[in-house]
Amino acid sequence: MATQFVIDGLKASIDGKEILKGINLEIKGGEIHAIMGPNGTGKSTLASALMGHPKYEVTEGSAQLNGEDLLEMEVDERARAGLFLAMQYPSEIPGVTNSDFLRSALNARRGEGNEISLIKFIRQMEGKMKDLEMNPEFAHRYLNEGFSGGEKKRNEILQMMLLDPKIVVLDEIDSGLDIDALRIVSNGVNAMRSEDRGFLIITHYQRLLNYIKPDFVHVMMQGRIVKSGGPELAERLENEGYDWVKEELGIVDETVGQA
Amino acid sequence: MSTQLSTQANRQSAEALARSKGEPDWLVELRGEAAELAGTIEWPKPEKVRIERWNLTAIGNYEQPKEAGAVSELPEVVRGLVAEGTENLLIQRNSGAVWKQTSSELAAKGVIFTDLETACREHGDLVQPYLFQAIAKDEDKLTALNAALWNGGVFVYVPKNVEVELPLQAILYNDNPEATFAPHILIVADSNSRVTYVDCAVSDPGAAAGPFVHPSIVEVFVKPGALVRFGSIHSMGETGVDMTIRRAVVENDGRVEWIIGDLNDGNTLSDTKSVLKGQGSTSDTKVISVGMNSQQNSLTTQAVHFGKSSDSNMVTRAVMKDSASAIINGITKIEHGATKANGVQTEKVLMLSPKARGDANPILLIDEDDVTAGHAASVGQVNPEQVYYLMSRGISKQDAERLIIYGFLAPVVSEIPVEAVRGQLQRLLERKLEG
Ligand SMILES: Nc1ncnc2c1ncn2[C@@H]1O[C@H](COP(=O)(O)OP(=O)(O)OP(=O)(O)O)[C@@H](O)[C@H]1O
Ligand SMILES: [Mg+2]
Repeated sequence: MATQFVIDGLKASIDGKEILKGINLEIKGGEIHAIMGPNGTGKSTLASALMGHPKYEVTEGSAQLNGEDLLEMEVDERARAGLFLAMQYPSEIPGVTNSDFLRSALNARRGEGNEISLIKFIRQMEGKMKDLEMNPEFAHRYLNEGFSGGEKKRNEILQMMLLDPKIVVLDEIDSGLDIDALRIVSNGVNAMRSEDRGFLIITHYQRLLNYIKPDFVHVMMQGRIVKSGGPELAERLENEGYDWVKEELGIVDETVGQA
Repeated sequence: MSTQLSTQANRQSAEALARSKGEPDWLVELRGEAAELAGTIEWPKPEKVRIERWNLTAIGNYEQPKEAGAVSELPEVVRGLVAEGTENLLIQRNSGAVWKQTSSELAAKGVIFTDLETACREHGDLVQPYLFQAIAKDEDKLTALNAALWNGGVFVYVPKNVEVELPLQAILYNDNPEATFAPHILIVADSNSRVTYVDCAVSDPGAAAGPFVHPSIVEVFVKPGALVRFGSIHSMGETGVDMTIRRAVVENDGRVEWIIGDLNDGNTLSDTKSVLKGQGSTSDTKVISVGMNSQQNSLTTQAVHFGKSSDSNMVTRAVMKDSASAIINGITKIEHGATKANGVQTEKVLMLSPKARGDANPILLIDEDDVTAGHAASVGQVNPEQVYYLMSRGISKQDAERLIIYGFLAPVVSEIPVEAVRGQLQRLLERKLEG
């Protein structure tokens, strides 16, 4: 079945404060959607609410992946159903090696009785690490502990590549990456493009979208998608900033949940 | 409470027992003095734990050891600990040694690895200058009690410049709560020698249960340039009280490494101290503990710096379940004159239940200006952000928490020097964490 991801009227709040005010978005397998928008407009909140972060309370709406409502599921079930979120700020987990973690995640995905053999796992992991030009040493380091910003981002992409998700949300995957790393990570993402995988890419910069060509670009303000278009929208934002969008829509303060 | 103490540890009976075992006069005398002291002085007073409320009277009676015919005759709990193909192994059952094997290579190098009772009889000149020198018999009732009653035990002597490649292993087990079980471990590493010693103190879950006390002392002497790695796992049953005091005296450029797993099911007092006497002497201490049910744990690590440029690092990590408690004390003391000394300590408690209690007390006592010292302490629950992150990769909540808890203990587990013991530690952790 071709992947279909439908977010419908999604509202979410944190500490009783409504941040997402009704998000509607449809992503089909093969499509790449980009979300742009000024700081504090709810982009990461959308990603977290989809993934099921315990601090965010979904108050309305649904998010269906191939007909199943993700919002009814626990966080781990959402992941196993095929949702992947590369986080803006990945956690550090001392004492758990990257490779132990990756293998646990992969085996959780494959299910009991279908665990990957150690040899096969190592071969896969090392292969992907090579593609991402990661030092093999990172397999034995503790998960994200002491990783630089860029190293954490690469590690997020490594996880994405191993877990083979259906819907990928990348939250500022380009922040903290140097020029070479940006290219390497983008290549990793492009290599994962396929007819049955959809992407939602949150970014501030056109630069990433030069490497990963989006099919659709959305602008988020005040906890809503206020404008959508094609790749040319991202280019215009890069050149002109957000003022014209605000003017067009009569928005004074684009942030959400601040007042 | 001291009725049983005074009958068991009074002067005459302690001396009579020592004589009946053929102990040298100096030892008979030491035991007699200690027995008298034990009747008068107080139990140690660790921070925030009232050990005098523990059942400390079950000291038991001396049980004549019977040599084991083969390791295969020993209980499962013991066999599982024996390192495959080990050549240097000592086993104490209740009040005495029942199994000893040492490689011919070790003997050829002049290394002594035997039970302390035998060492006192056969190598008195080597033992006497050290026994109860790192820990004085009159420090408190516990040290006096051990001095009066210690049995079996371990003695390790490594001559100058000798490096012992393979770890020496001792297993100390109790399968009779009525028997006195009071080991004393004495390690002397002469100049520029190296040795790794690992022991396990366990009780046999297959044997009849009953209250017992394990008053135990470890003394380690690290001569100039020597290195001693000391690993120890304690996993005694719920009815036991473990009180173990460990102390190392480290001379110039010597180094001691302590790796301690306090995994008893009963109340535990564990105090591990390095006295950094020599210039450039160093110490590294790692302790883990898992507490369950209503177990109380008092876990102390200490470093005392006398030597210039001496260095200490202490890490304690405890996971507390149910209504277990851990009071963790870290004491770094830098004496006047110990210039360029550096002492660092970290204590962390992870609490897995709302009723569990953890308390970390880092203490720096510094009498010298030209030093560096630091501490970090934390008491908390499993971090929900970390659980979320792992779950977002498809890992179940239970497995996510498991990974985080094992990760919390990993810095110590991964350091256990003997593979079989490390494997056993893993199993013990699983039993305690998941049981
Ligand atoms: N845990 C939280 N507690 C309180 N407020 C929060 C929390 N998380 C988010 N918010 C608030 O919600 C609003 C939206 O935050 P969000 O992180 O979604 O913005 P963003 O669009 O991703 O911004 P950026 O581009 O800076 O990453 C902000 O005002 C933020 O302060
Ligand atoms: Mg954000």
